[in-house]
Amino acid sequence: MADEVILLDFWPSMFGMRTRIALEEKNVIFDYREQDLWNKSPILLEMNLVHKKIPVLIHNGKPVCESLIQMEYIDEVWPSKTPLLPSDPYQRAHAKFWGDFIDKKVYGSARLIWGAKGEEHEAGKKEFIEIHKTLESELGDKTYFGGETFGYVDIALIGFYSWFEAYEKFGNFSIEVECPKLIAWTKRCVKRESVAKSLPDSEKITKFVPELKEKLGIK
Amino acid sequence: MATDDVKLIGSWASVFVMRARIALHLKSISYEFLQETFGSKSELLLKSNPVHKKMPVLIHADKPVCESNIIVQYIDEAWTSSGPSILPSHPYDRAIARFWAAYIDDQWFISLRSILTAQGEEEKNAAIAQVEERTEILEKAFIDCSKGKPFFNGDHIGYLDIALGSFLGWWRVVELDANHKFLDETKAPSLAKWAERFCDDPAVKPIMPEITKLAEFARKLFPKPQA
Repeated sequence: MADEVILLDFWPSMFGMRTRIALEEKNVIFDYREQDLWNKSPILLEMNLVHKKIPVLIHNGKPVCESLIQMEYIDEVWPSKTPLLPSDPYQRAHAKFWGDFIDKKVYGSARLIWGAKGEEHEAGKKEFIEIHKTLESELGDKTYFGGETFGYVDIALIGFYSWFEAYEKFGNFSIEVECPKLIAWTKRCVKRESVAKSLPDSEKITKFVPELKEKLGIK
Repeated sequence: MATDDVKLIGSWASVFVMRARIALHLKSISYEFLQETFGSKSELLLKSNPVHKKMPVLIHADKPVCESNIIVQYIDEAWTSSGPSILPSHPYDRAIARFWAAYIDDQWFISLRSILTAQGEEEKNAAIAQVEERTEILEKAFIDCSKGKPFFNGDHIGYLDIALGSFLGWWRVVELDANHKFLDETKAPSLAKWAERFCDDPAVKPIMPEITKLAEFARKLFPKPQA
């Protein structure tokens, strides 16, 4: 029986990018459906009753919500192709820890860079740099976060790279100066077809930010 | 497995530590329970969890695992042949269990905690209303996940039972503090019955803290302003 895979998503979402990359890594054919978050579709409201957010992965009619959970689901349903998580329990726990860290920390601080002013903005920028230095330290001299293989933690973080130009513009700083090894890692990741296909153009994101601020009612 | 192979850094009062302890009990794993002193953090904790500096930390053969839900999943995977499975076997059911566990931590717990930290009646009542709303959502989740069986996980307690059940002691403390019942037969009948079954489970009963002791600890952690 052919699988029916639908992804409800919004093009600039770094969370949606995770699911897109995971599906591409597994060569899963999916129906990408762009969503208007300011005019939510019946399918989005029905498939994510609790949060009404994207991304939503719909597999044979059944919804899976939350991007990290979707990644793990994709890895479990299509296990024979390109594992996203290692098989060793300790390595898996280690990867999930860093995925959780990225989820808890990156978006919040980044949001303050483009969405806040004055003290809040400065605090966001400082925290963003600190977080990325921690991530850079975790990466160390490895090719990818998991070692030689591209996987879960790389996918959890790489979507934010499409927003780096915007963060640098609105934060007036250079991420490469602060975290050169991390930038080198991003360059390795974007060479992968799954990533190149799934990340939007940085310029498009940067141009989108003022529109996003207006929609969110941020001055 | 030797006793000194598994250590758990935690505290008797912590919900998150309790998750790890229940999982270890389910798998019949012997461990050394290293209790932290209230108000300070041990060298071992700071060294084992340098990123968050928080408990619980499971140390297995000298390797630390952090974050309670990650620890529970690790225990399930590292000791697959011991005891029952903690996570469901089907990938879709696993995704649903993980979704609700995340909801409990990110949404439900935050509103429960707000009741204890609320300043004034208005803020407190708003927090209570939010917990009511979110508990109703969990009541429906229980009905969907359990499919008529006694626990979220089916016949035996599992990941999602542990994720929510570990809160039951604190939930009771909040109910007493707010003078408001959430888990009652009219508002959340399925969850109320599930809560009793969960607390009676042999893997849970010896670890669930006494309510009076927990309430006393809550007064230390969330002191009320002087009248």
